[in-house]
Amino acid sequence: MAIEVKVPSLGESISSGILASWKVKDGDAIDRDQVLYELETDKITSEGIAESAGTISLKVEEGAEVEVGQVVAVIDPDGNGKADSSSARAKDKKMDGEDDKSKASSKSEDEEPSDSSDKKSTDEEKPSSRHKSSDTSESAEPSGATDQATALPPSVRRLAAESGVDPSSVEGSGKGGRVTKGDMLAAIEKQEKAEEDEKSRSREKQAADKDDAPASERDAPKPSQAPADERESRRKLSPLRQKVAQRLVSSQQQMATLTTFNEVDMTAVRTLRARHQEDFTARHGIKLGFMSFFIKAVVQALQAVPALNARIEGDTLVEQRYYDIGVAVSTDRGLMVPVVRDCDQLSFAAIEERLAAFAKKAREGKITLDDLQGGVFTISNGGVFGSLLSTPIINPPQSGILGMHTIQDRPVAVDGKVEIRPMMYLALTYDHRLVDGREAVTFLGHVKRAVEDPARLLFGL
Amino acid sequence: MDTFDLVIIGAGPGGYVAAIRAAQLGLKTALVEKRSTLGGTCLNVGCIPSKALLHLSAQFAFVADEKAAAAAGIKTKEVSLDLAALMKRKNAMVGGLVKGVGTLVEKRGVEVVRGTGRLGGDNKVVVKPEDGGDEVRLAAKAILLATGSVPVELPFLKFDGKTVISSDHAIALDKVPEELVVVGAGAIGLELGSVWARLGSKVTVVEMLPRIAAGFDEEVARHLQRSLGRQGLTFELAAKVTGLNAAKGKKKAVLTAERDDQKLTFPADQVLVAVGRRPATRDLGLEDAGVELDDNGRIKTNTTFQTTAKGIYAIGDLIAGPMLAHKGEEEGVAVAEILAGKPGEVDHNLVPNVVYTEPEAASVGLTEAAAKEKGLDVRIGKFSFGANGRAIATGATEGFAKVVADAKTDRILGVHLLGHHTSELIAEAVAHMTYGGSAEDLGRTIHAHPTLSEALKEAGLAVSKSAIHAL
Repeated sequence: MAIEVKVPSLGESISSGILASWKVKDGDAIDRDQVLYELETDKITSEGIAESAGTISLKVEEGAEVEVGQVVAVIDPDGNGKADSSSARAKDKKMDGEDDKSKASSKSEDEEPSDSSDKKSTDEEKPSSRHKSSDTSESAEPSGATDQATALPPSVRRLAAESGVDPSSVEGSGKGGRVTKGDMLAAIEKQEKAEEDEKSRSREKQAADKDDAPASERDAPKPSQAPADERESRRKLSPLRQKVAQRLVSSQQQMATLTTFNEVDMTAVRTLRARHQEDFTARHGIKLGFMSFFIKAVVQALQAVPALNARIEGDTLVEQRYYDIGVAVSTDRGLMVPVVRDCDQLSFAAIEERLAAFAKKAREGKITLDDLQGGVFTISNGGVFGSLLSTPIINPPQSGILGMHTIQDRPVAVDGKVEIRPMMYLALTYDHRLVDGREAVTFLGHVKRAVEDPARLLFGL
Repeated sequence: MDTFDLVIIGAGPGGYVAAIRAAQLGLKTALVEKRSTLGGTCLNVGCIPSKALLHLSAQFAFVADEKAAAAAGIKTKEVSLDLAALMKRKNAMVGGLVKGVGTLVEKRGVEVVRGTGRLGGDNKVVVKPEDGGDEVRLAAKAILLATGSVPVELPFLKFDGKTVISSDHAIALDKVPEELVVVGAGAIGLELGSVWARLGSKVTVVEMLPRIAAGFDEEVARHLQRSLGRQGLTFELAAKVTGLNAAKGKKKAVLTAERDDQKLTFPADQVLVAVGRRPATRDLGLEDAGVELDDNGRIKTNTTFQTTAKGIYAIGDLIAGPMLAHKGEEEGVAVAEILAGKPGEVDHNLVPNVVYTEPEAASVGLTEAAAKEKGLDVRIGKFSFGANGRAIATGATEGFAKVVADAKTDRILGVHLLGHHTSELIAEAVAHMTYGGSAEDLGRTIHAHPTLSEALKEAGLAVSKSAIHAL
């Protein structure tokens, strides 16, 4: 019986992702636990693993948006590698009286030649060239449109193949949002106009750059076909980056964000770390960093100003009574925000351990979706890159984010005297829809005082 | 007294379909009908019996035409008509169908109440049994009026069922009239005129407009008129009927008319008045219930088919739009779905219309003229059945397919067909248009070969001048 390969649950707030790439080809014989595909969400990239061995048939194309629970492929456990050729051969063998066992053993023989040729065509054939593939007689796929493509009218398929405009990017005016020929023609016209505009812009630029503009003008190739310009290069945004962009913009658009600033004298933290680092490391096997102070200070500030530990859901205010703090880390794949759970109940050492574990996971690209779920507040440390001051962007649906910055020796007035102190600017961006300015400023004051005098953390002040 | 979720007055195609759909959706439904059989005008005295007569009369006409029969290899001798047997056959066809509808409705759990229904106020429907028994009152959460329409009577040509007849009579004559004059060249007049012409009548069609088949594409109408003319029908267009001189002794009745001050006379054994139908709104108690009519005498409804009285709905011939069974059916489904809390809707721009003559005229959407009147820039694709393989092999080369498409988007705006069985072909055009299809989509859809439907495909291709079997 065929086994459906479904998009697994990705966590509570994520209902869809992008099937970034297939690691197998349609009709491949696959092993149990083999990696089938890479799935990207706005938070993480994960891999889909085969639950069973068999022959796989792919149901969605690379780059497609997929929903949780959607069937993206079907594995036929009785399958025998490449469907067309080898299954026919298997049938022949069955007629010759061979049993299932010998059929299974014949699998590997059958596959080897077809496998290598498949690989070649996979490498050469990009998904977008699907419609053109009917020209190349080598293609094993049936000519014409199959699967998803059949949902589109023939005129739309033709225009998509001719123009390169992806019908799924076009808003449909037909019944049930179907894309009609008219919709496609309008989209193509729009694209051509955009290309034309760009062309005329680059012409103007060329004209400005060069004297012999008129001659080169006519020869100017279309931007889409142009070889990489030395002055700029173009490549498509990765789906992850696109999602990040979307989220950042929607955060800015949907909230009333405001940033308030303060500064903190790091002398006390420095002194404490210097004094206790050796014992701490000996006892806990981990170094005492700055971050645990800030996390503890934030927890205490959240307890003092609960307005920041809340979120808006539609017309409802949800007040949280737990302290899961996200800490932004930079990774190769982009910014990620793993969450340290129940920080109110964790010791400094436990927090440092959690942070170290996340750092390791991030380096290895093994951060899971669960690690990213459900924070109530985020701390972002731009200081590691030397940032003096910044206004961080809230990670929805949270209501606040604390920005840490670089520590700089600056002259400050202490008890009426000028002293050089290790200073850090703090920024708190908050959602003004549910946090008042007074509350935000009070919150930041709590953080400042706790970091400047960590004894306050001890006494819950 | 039980309260029904829905009480429907009238068991025609609109009413009985609404009843079935409502029952499917779990509504407790009653269907009030004064006829002894369900199906209303359409099944009992309209669409279905006339289609049966068109089929039976075409069979007779074919064998009665010695030359045509001989050319087809059929030798005939003294072919004669047994009208009583033909009518019996027609009645059997109708009888089987209405019985089937009755079974469908009852098996769905719809309560059929026999008698004439009217609004009784206070969410009640009063049913007066035809046998004179006591009136029944049905309480309803919602009431659906679906009483359909009746033939329009001309004041100077009152129906008497003998000389001056309506379509109700014209489907059940016991003698073939020697001379039949049909007043009105719409679908009913042309279809019943064809029936009696095939059975031997000399048929004259008198029409006030300068054309036949009003509402259809002009080219379609022109070709249809010529074709019917060849079949023996005489057309007197732009002629206004003025009266009837009754028969006297051996002298036949004479229909009088005038055209440009010129007096016309048409001797007739019978005069079929088929100038249209009017909504059956009388005696429904509309006024007391607060149900208002529009300027054309149709019941006013909003987009959810609700009348000006709360909880009272109306569909089909009673309300605005073409008086067609399938339009009423879709509206019936929509009302049932709306009452069940679902989004019921009808796209009134996509109601197909057919004249079941031979050849058949079938149409949906905008005509070329209507599109141009709207200021739309259109392109036309046409293909003749004369170049269609199946049409040739069937001996049905008359007519053509015509596609009207938007010049810019190529979207199909209208399709107009004249030819054999085009009533079946038009469904494909409606389907394409329902999904916003373009002429190219029609042309790129695979059609079985050889079929008449290929002419429609070729007409789609012809919009971009790429028809294969045409120059």
